[in-house]
Amino acid sequence: MAIVGSLIAPSLLGKPLIPTGADLAVTIPFALEHFGVNESDLKKVIAAALEKGGDYADLYFEHSFRNSIGLQDGAVNNAASNIDFGMGVRVLSGDQTGYAYVENVTLEEMMKAARAAAQIATNPSASRHKVPNLTEKAIRQNYYTVQTPWDEIAIQQKMPYLQKLNDRVFALDKRVIKVMASMSDTTSHIFFCNSEGTMYYDYRPMITLSATCIMQDGTKIENSRAARAYRMGAEFLTDEVIDTVAQEAVKKTAILFQAIKPKGGEMPVVMGAGGSGILLHEAIGHAFEADFNRKNTSIFSDLLNKKICNEHINVVDDGTIPFNRGSVNIDDEGVEGQKTYIVKEGILTSYLHDRISAQHYGIASTGNGRRESFRCMPIPRMRATYMEAGNVSEEEMISTVKKGIYAANFTNGQVQIGAGDFTFFVKDGYLIEDGKLTQPIKDINIIGNGPKALADMTMVGNNYAMDNGTWTCGKDGQSCPVTCGMPSALVSKLTVGGES
Amino acid sequence: MITNENKKLAQWAMEYALKNGCQASRINLYYGSNASFEVRDMKIDRLEQASENSMSIQLFVDGRYGTYSTNRLVRQELERFIKEGIDATRYLAEDKARTLPEASRYYRGGQPDLEMNDPRYPEIQPDEKVALAMQTCDEIMGKDKRIISSSSSYSDGQDARYMIASNGFEGESQTSYYSVTGSVSIRGEGEARPESYWYDSSLYYDTLIKKGIGTKALERVMQKMGQRKVASGSYPMVVDNLNISRLLSPILNALYGSSIQQKNSFLLDKIGEKVFGENFTLTDEPHLIKSPGARYFDGEGVATQRRPIFENGILKTYYIDTYNANKMNVQPTISSPSILTMPLGKKDTNGLVAMVDRGILVTGFNGGNSNSTTGDFSFGVEGFLIENGKLTQPVSEMNITGNLLTLCNHILEIGNDPRLSSSWRIPSMLFDGVDFSGL
Repeated sequence: MAIVGSLIAPSLLGKPLIPTGADLAVTIPFALEHFGVNESDLKKVIAAALEKGGDYADLYFEHSFRNSIGLQDGAVNNAASNIDFGMGVRVLSGDQTGYAYVENVTLEEMMKAARAAAQIATNPSASRHKVPNLTEKAIRQNYYTVQTPWDEIAIQQKMPYLQKLNDRVFALDKRVIKVMASMSDTTSHIFFCNSEGTMYYDYRPMITLSATCIMQDGTKIENSRAARAYRMGAEFLTDEVIDTVAQEAVKKTAILFQAIKPKGGEMPVVMGAGGSGILLHEAIGHAFEADFNRKNTSIFSDLLNKKICNEHINVVDDGTIPFNRGSVNIDDEGVEGQKTYIVKEGILTSYLHDRISAQHYGIASTGNGRRESFRCMPIPRMRATYMEAGNVSEEEMISTVKKGIYAANFTNGQVQIGAGDFTFFVKDGYLIEDGKLTQPIKDINIIGNGPKALADMTMVGNNYAMDNGTWTCGKDGQSCPVTCGMPSALVSKLTVGGES
Repeated sequence: MITNENKKLAQWAMEYALKNGCQASRINLYYGSNASFEVRDMKIDRLEQASENSMSIQLFVDGRYGTYSTNRLVRQELERFIKEGIDATRYLAEDKARTLPEASRYYRGGQPDLEMNDPRYPEIQPDEKVALAMQTCDEIMGKDKRIISSSSSYSDGQDARYMIASNGFEGESQTSYYSVTGSVSIRGEGEARPESYWYDSSLYYDTLIKKGIGTKALERVMQKMGQRKVASGSYPMVVDNLNISRLLSPILNALYGSSIQQKNSFLLDKIGEKVFGENFTLTDEPHLIKSPGARYFDGEGVATQRRPIFENGILKTYYIDTYNANKMNVQPTISSPSILTMPLGKKDTNGLVAMVDRGILVTGFNGGNSNSTTGDFSFGVEGFLIENGKLTQPVSEMNITGNLLTLCNHILEIGNDPRLSSSWRIPSMLFDGVDFSGL
């Protein structure tokens, strides 16, 4: 098989020549050679995929390699690498999907996969035998230009950063008893072509860095975690980012010793700036994904172009933020990365579309067709979901609350698309009493209903922040990197977990 | 599905690693195939089919450790991959605790087949699979005018694994699995569209429940009509057999050697102590024939055995793998649970509900999390208000908040209805005095 040997392995030490997205002229020839395919074979596979009468087919090639290192008990003492390589064939027949994938990318195997996926269509007489020539769709703007590819950085150059992170966490607080830190970089080569004659190559870097800090205060033990994730090359590694993560991990753990579980029930909640974007992700983001709306199963299915909240609220799902974990130069079905207003001045202006839902609604895709890997079909997924800044200061917002909760940091959330009930877990925050932050609180779940919570959002802060943590969204069994952001905001009523 | 050729590749990789500077190694080989058919409103919505393979190579090099995995099982590429792995591992800090298990702890074979693999797997034809999904959808479609979307799916697969370790372990296993799911969305009050599902799964095609899955999904969603929050307060709580494992999973997480060694466990230093109520007895039963989760050896090749985890509320053991045992200088046990069982009571979920004057039956969780070092938890829930032993009002948008140590000291009754298709055979339970937040 014509695979370029030097590019297959995760080059822990080597320095292969890889286009980093900047040099467009070489990308398609590089991709074809990298995956050992040629245009004539690709057209044969597409033709086979359509032989039962499918309307559309695409081929998605992926080669990803991930290198991780981990620190425990003061030493960088474990390493892991993973290579994932393969291609998936998707066939659409109306809004029906056939999907098959192979790891052994030979013409024979690809043809087998194509014929398996082709079975979704049942009208061979409608088969389209002529597949157009493939033309490159150039990536017009690269949102994750890499200065130093991860391949050029050896393990011994990364290790000192984790060690520094460990030492910094220990230095910040005497109560630290354990630190677990890890760093993981992934480089993906993506090559795509479809039955409409489009093809593209995208080079996708990803780095995640995290520290879990465990502290003991008397007999009490607490832990918390801080992390950063970006689509960036090795230029990510700086003393500043190490210091930021260390400070944050210690701060988030230390506060837990003073924190209590609040009394539960319905009350006003001030969402702090940044990670509170999890509320948008859960309360509206998923319910705006157009697959649910196309099937009429989302609580927002009948609310397009209707006013759903305060006119000061603008919510965006954005694939174009430079180096953001959720950014996409081009989505996994060939649509350019873009910035999509989903709520503009309080009105639900757009769902998040993939190809199938865009066709259903007769509009252009918003570039939200994403997949976890070549093993999965693309579905509508969020990218970076955030609310734009409003005009109220956080202090003013807090001052209006007589008795409520300030939610600062979050670990996870969930939503029921149809019922609209969403939740998020508050790792730490504060009680608000008579307009002031008082007692720290911890470990409580907050639950609300999407449309109601949005309508109850009465104030939006002037302090927008993006949370660049390791947010990973799960849907239909597929994980997808995303981010979220928000200015501080006041929701007049949510159900806060707590003691009775 | 693991052929002699596959085995030879793994053995070759092992020898290659040992020849190139690695003193010990463990190799895992995986082959799997799977297919799924999803039906929506009596039309095939998605069809998926694939087979895949991968190799994971654990390298112990000069007292250092790394793990490397790839789905490129071509010798020439593996050579480079292994060599680079060895080179990379050499740069790591030394960690003397990283060793293979003592060879005497390995499973040596000779036990009866656990019968995890259905010989009929290759025989089941796609048409039959599609027909089963269609039939499940048909049980829902058109049965009520409020139905918005009727969906179902059939999926199956087969996994084969082969593991060898350089100090004398060789083992393999093969498992088949099948499942059928029905799901339905209905038009509720206002803009709400309640949804629910039901499913069955089985290792064998013949024992998979094929009828009534759609009907049950529809019945479950209809019961959700008119969900409300009820007043915050302390209530007796019944958790059904579908959801109880989710509630108790932080307990299992707290028992892992890695959690204990990192002092990241609310059950730290509690062996031999009575941490839960008298009626909390949990046993690991790894050798049940034809049962999901059954196995003779764990991920390190160490032989599994029947193991009491909690006896009458007393914590008997942790799950300690070789690495964490070496680190803490304690005896290793086994790296993870296989099949968890409990002594069964006399009542099913309905029987437990009948015992409650005023309480809440939890039939679904919605988000939430727990604190691994304190055992504090807070979860979103839905279910039903219980009044005088009867379900009177569907509830949703509520939270339960508490601590697992307290919760498991307040189990009033344990049910008799674990789902045998799950490796955690935990029955429904009735707890006293759980804090619910709602209105």
